[in-house]
Amino acid sequence: MKDFDVISTRANRLDTPDKATGEAIYVDDISKPGMLFGALLQSPHAHAKILSIDTTQAKNLAGVKSVITSKDVGSVPYGVSPARYDETVFATDKVRYIGDEIAAVAATTLEIALKAVELIKVEYEILPAVFTIEDAIKEDAPQLHEKYKGNLTAEVHQEFGDVEKGLKESDITKTTTVKNKRQDGAFIEMQGCIAEFDRRGSLTLITGTQVPHYVQRTVAMVMGMDIGKVRVKKPYLGAGFGIKAAANPMELACCFLAKETCKPVKMNYTREQVFMFCRARHQFTHTITTGAKKDGTLVALKHECTLDGGAYSSFGIATVYYAGSLLAGPYKLPNMSYKGFRVYNNKPACGAQRGHGAVIARAAFEQQLDMIAEELGIDPMEIRIKNMMSKGDITCNDLNMSSFGMSECIDAVREGSDWDKKKGNMPKGRGIGMACGFFVSGAGFPIYRSDTYHGTVMTKLTEDGGTALVYTASAEIGQGSDTAFAMITAEALGIPLSDIRLASGDTDMGVDLGAYSSRQTLMTGHATKEAAEHVKSQVLAVLADKLNTPVEDMDIKKGFIEFKNQTPDFSEIRTSYIKEHRGWLDNPESEKLTFKEAARIAYLEKGTIVGTGKYKPVFLGGKYKGAAVGTSPAYGCSAQVAEVTVDMETGQVIIDNVTDAHDCGKAINMTSVEGQMEGSVSMGIGEAMHEEVIFDDKGNVINNDLSEYKLVTAMDMPKCKAIVVESDEPNGPFGAKEVGEGAIMPTIPAILNAVYDAAGVRVHELPLTPERVYHAIQEYKERTGAA
Amino acid sequence: MKKIINLTINDQAYEIAVDPNKTLADMLRYDLDLTGTKKGCDTGDCGACTVILNGDAVNSCLVLAVQTDGAVVETIEGLANDQGLHPIQEAFVENGAIQCGFCSPGMIMSTKNLLDKNPNPTEQEIREGISGNLCRCTGYQKIFEAIDSQKS
Repeated sequence: MKDFDVISTRANRLDTPDKATGEAIYVDDISKPGMLFGALLQSPHAHAKILSIDTTQAKNLAGVKSVITSKDVGSVPYGVSPARYDETVFATDKVRYIGDEIAAVAATTLEIALKAVELIKVEYEILPAVFTIEDAIKEDAPQLHEKYKGNLTAEVHQEFGDVEKGLKESDITKTTTVKNKRQDGAFIEMQGCIAEFDRRGSLTLITGTQVPHYVQRTVAMVMGMDIGKVRVKKPYLGAGFGIKAAANPMELACCFLAKETCKPVKMNYTREQVFMFCRARHQFTHTITTGAKKDGTLVALKHECTLDGGAYSSFGIATVYYAGSLLAGPYKLPNMSYKGFRVYNNKPACGAQRGHGAVIARAAFEQQLDMIAEELGIDPMEIRIKNMMSKGDITCNDLNMSSFGMSECIDAVREGSDWDKKKGNMPKGRGIGMACGFFVSGAGFPIYRSDTYHGTVMTKLTEDGGTALVYTASAEIGQGSDTAFAMITAEALGIPLSDIRLASGDTDMGVDLGAYSSRQTLMTGHATKEAAEHVKSQVLAVLADKLNTPVEDMDIKKGFIEFKNQTPDFSEIRTSYIKEHRGWLDNPESEKLTFKEAARIAYLEKGTIVGTGKYKPVFLGGKYKGAAVGTSPAYGCSAQVAEVTVDMETGQVIIDNVTDAHDCGKAINMTSVEGQMEGSVSMGIGEAMHEEVIFDDKGNVINNDLSEYKLVTAMDMPKCKAIVVESDEPNGPFGAKEVGEGAIMPTIPAILNAVYDAAGVRVHELPLTPERVYHAIQEYKERTGAA
Repeated sequence: MKKIINLTINDQAYEIAVDPNKTLADMLRYDLDLTGTKKGCDTGDCGACTVILNGDAVNSCLVLAVQTDGAVVETIEGLANDQGLHPIQEAFVENGAIQCGFCSPGMIMSTKNLLDKNPNPTEQEIREGISGNLCRCTGYQKIFEAIDSQKS
């Protein structure tokens, strides 16, 4: 194993002291001189033609500075994937869901802006609306988008191998249909932004986003501006989980209001608007047939899925592909077919959320594995070990498991949960279940087709040589990426973490595709490492010249220059450094030459030492349609065991504890890796147990607050044992890969399998409300005659 | 019509004219620049705006500013001093109990209130003590550990 000084340790995060004191600045903490406040007019109807908009009264209200509609801002189509640009900033001809944006106001106070919104008069012609997949795909169903017939956002038809043949040759097959409910991101900071133009026509948008780069491009495109005239800055962010991974209409409206008024404009979503905008996890319905041999060998998987998409595409075109492609692992599966349909309807649009597209497919499939194992009399652990892929294996759809500590993860949870003692030996009403999963370490391709770098990083040394400044456009959204990149820089440059300062989240600092698809550690990490190595090579080159020592014979470790052979006489450098720093405290007396001395000498020789780094993946994966979704330079994988208690009388399920192991490659910061694992488990438990966005028959979200939409609280969270399994990923910086999303994969199926173990019932619809479990138990009792 | 109120915030006396419909959270954030108190819902559900009012942890978005006339308020800004972070803050940093950080000020204020009243809470009491503070990032695990490390 390689020896590391900084990474793979437990570092305190750079950002948390400021977050602990409340000094860390988030969007709404920022105020600008002369700042105006914006508000949106959003549709009260799920589907309606707009006949007319009258803004006269609103404009005449004292304090109102601007009222804008599609007439003022145009109707440049935008969205997430260029193949499905189906949104405009404001509705042009019709509205498609309750919340669709129609107009925006900027005023001197928020109260005036809200009052003005009320004064905008819109004449609607109500259209029939559809709220379910079943209604939306009927032949005579009202159509949401002229361009996308049959209310179909996208459909996928894939087959790898020969599934029908595989199923025929199987000794056992299982078919189930599993359904979840629409989830909400429920990050604690609601979206907000501040837009401001300078007098030379450049725009700065400060916004709570996971993807400054994509927001910059979308804003530039919609406003008809040069990308170089648009700067997007992300201050600290109260998390995103995928929902904030694209430009939102409020950001765009805010930019237009700033342009109209020549003033900074601030806008915020209320919590109600967060639910209205949604863009979170789809409702999926998966029908899966799995075939296996008598010995448990998996042969074929036949899979159909429909996604309840809402009014716009958002990430949906990627979601529908992910829902299929990520079942090809982590087990050897020679034959797989997938039909996916993502359907529009008059509800808020769904998009990407942690474990994009793959979470419910995983929940369905991992239950089937248990069903097959039970019928064949194989332990759930054993059937997984039997079929598990290993390092270097390639799935039937061309995903390459370049490192894969999956069996180590299974061993870890087996031991960590005391599985062998507990499985089969628990009293009725108590149960234990397990599941596995894997996820990409960054999408192999940008969202728009391009040869762009996925990340560029610039690192420079301060003139005194003491500190390395890292500039990256990546997005710290709470996951700890700033600290990870500082640690990577410290490791690669050979200096202590305390000598790194880092700034991120600003498009002026470079290109970075941002925080989505669990990409930053691997991708931005590579660029960060390369920038640090570039700095190091420049410093060593100057030193080589000064000391007449070959670069290959020198290294930098823990802030000191290491010489492979005899240490050359560096007294001249030291004298010069001390002279340069006359009067300062830092007069080095160490036997070794310090990095600071070397870096100061390098500065005197070459000016500011700047290193740059960049990364894009090599071309990955197959040539079939949709091959771009699912391919990644590396895959993280995980196994989990859940233990539950089911009240056989009431159907109440309590999760007693969870044991979780994840292979993240080489962990950069152990504590942050565990944090991602524990957070993933918590979000998975929420989805399994009680999270569900509920609509009335008009398309309104009924439970649009954090009281009735039920997150996991401190009372619900079971004890969670997080076990970090390290492997060495050849495509990752220092061997690192993802943890942010893969860790959620096994949570839901592990719970479902544990509930079966406890109560003898398989529940195929989430969440596991007591009512649903109660009915399943009653049905089970009737079927089996159990008391 | 604004009303003048007098109150003590973090040991400092204030005399402020506030609108009668303004919440304590908004007064702290927008009138006094004490932006460490966060707003995650404005409806008393998330706990991000938790402050200690006359010795009790409250959601400051559910308290009208005018109700705090004569009150003693502690906010997150009152915890650290020129000696450094408060021990609870230190524990949150050391234990990795902070991710996005948006719930952290409220979470830390609830923790302080819990430990002020009960210096040696059981696991169940810790869970109850922060049950009004939602965290979507951490799964609470490291928060429990941080609080547990501060028991007397």
